[in-house]
Amino acid sequence: MNNNLVQYIYGIADNALILGQRLGELCGHGPSLETDIAMTNMSLDLLGQTRSYYQYAAQLLGENATEDTIAFLRREREYKNVLLVEQPNTDFAYSIARQFLFDIFHLSLLEGLKNSEDETLAAIAEKGIKEVSYHTRFSSDWIRRLGDGTTESHDRIQAAIDDLWVYTDELFHQTDADKVMVTENIGVDTTKLKEAYYKKVSAVLEESTLNTPVMEYFQKGGKQGIHSEHMGYLLADMQYMQRAYPNMNW
Amino acid sequence: MKNWPLWEVFIRSKNGLEHRHCGSLHASDATMALENARDVYTRRNEGVSIWVVPSAQITASDPDDSSELFEPAKDKAYRHPTFYELPEELKHM
Repeated sequence: MNNNLVQYIYGIADNALILGQRLGELCGHGPSLETDIAMTNMSLDLLGQTRSYYQYAAQLLGENATEDTIAFLRREREYKNVLLVEQPNTDFAYSIARQFLFDIFHLSLLEGLKNSEDETLAAIAEKGIKEVSYHTRFSSDWIRRLGDGTTESHDRIQAAIDDLWVYTDELFHQTDADKVMVTENIGVDTTKLKEAYYKKVSAVLEESTLNTPVMEYFQKGGKQGIHSEHMGYLLADMQYMQRAYPNMNW
Repeated sequence: MKNWPLWEVFIRSKNGLEHRHCGSLHASDATMALENARDVYTRRNEGVSIWVVPSAQITASDPDDSSELFEPAKDKAYRHPTFYELPEELKHM
């Protein structure tokens, strides 16, 4: 079994799972019927992508691993998602800001992964690009709408961007497994995506009459499994059923 | 959100067919209306094209006028081309 490849897959798939779970929390709680459905549509897109990655990882792991054991039976430290995606739905501005800051990265990652020498990952990326292109359009439009909307919406989306900015740098960090995968032409060299990312994000923020935060110190840890205080609650919610009723099926 | 205008949504289910009215939704502008329509009405593969129209832009007939507008046509069966023999091969008339 190629452990680096499995860890690399977790690094990508866990982002989709945890963000999908966060968006799923909004089901029935969106600010309007239309946005409620839009957010949960994105959640389902991300969970669909997660399934493809985990099915592949389970196949590599062998033995009794399945997509479900990977999703539901790992411990907090074993999840390799970035801190950004586990941040809570403080309000609609935070949900949109989190989505936007992740989408711009996610799209460029998948565009790179599409050219991976690993055919399975390339195929998953190719399919995901269509979904994530729409997510990017949706979240960017909402950034513009809120930023260029009322004083209230402008201030709240600016506050959300300012608060979440500290988690953006981690998107481009590489674990040891990531580095090995890059040398084998399987993984995407995320350090090369950074400049274009900040350029794209700033362009949308500027159009939206929002300031691009300037920051020197960034948070990190998720990619090593060291998560923020929100992660435990999220996992408790997500894993409850499998933990309380092991091997339960629909 | 209470101030968001209402939009009528028309979906074309496949190329060659016409757009059909499928419902309405709230949105602050045309772009949002299109995105909302995509999310609300095409989740189950219902369409290949969407039109959105501000509901306020639709001029509708008054239901109170329906007797004078529509009833006169009821007893004029001769306006239907039902007296022709159609050849067997003609499927889509």
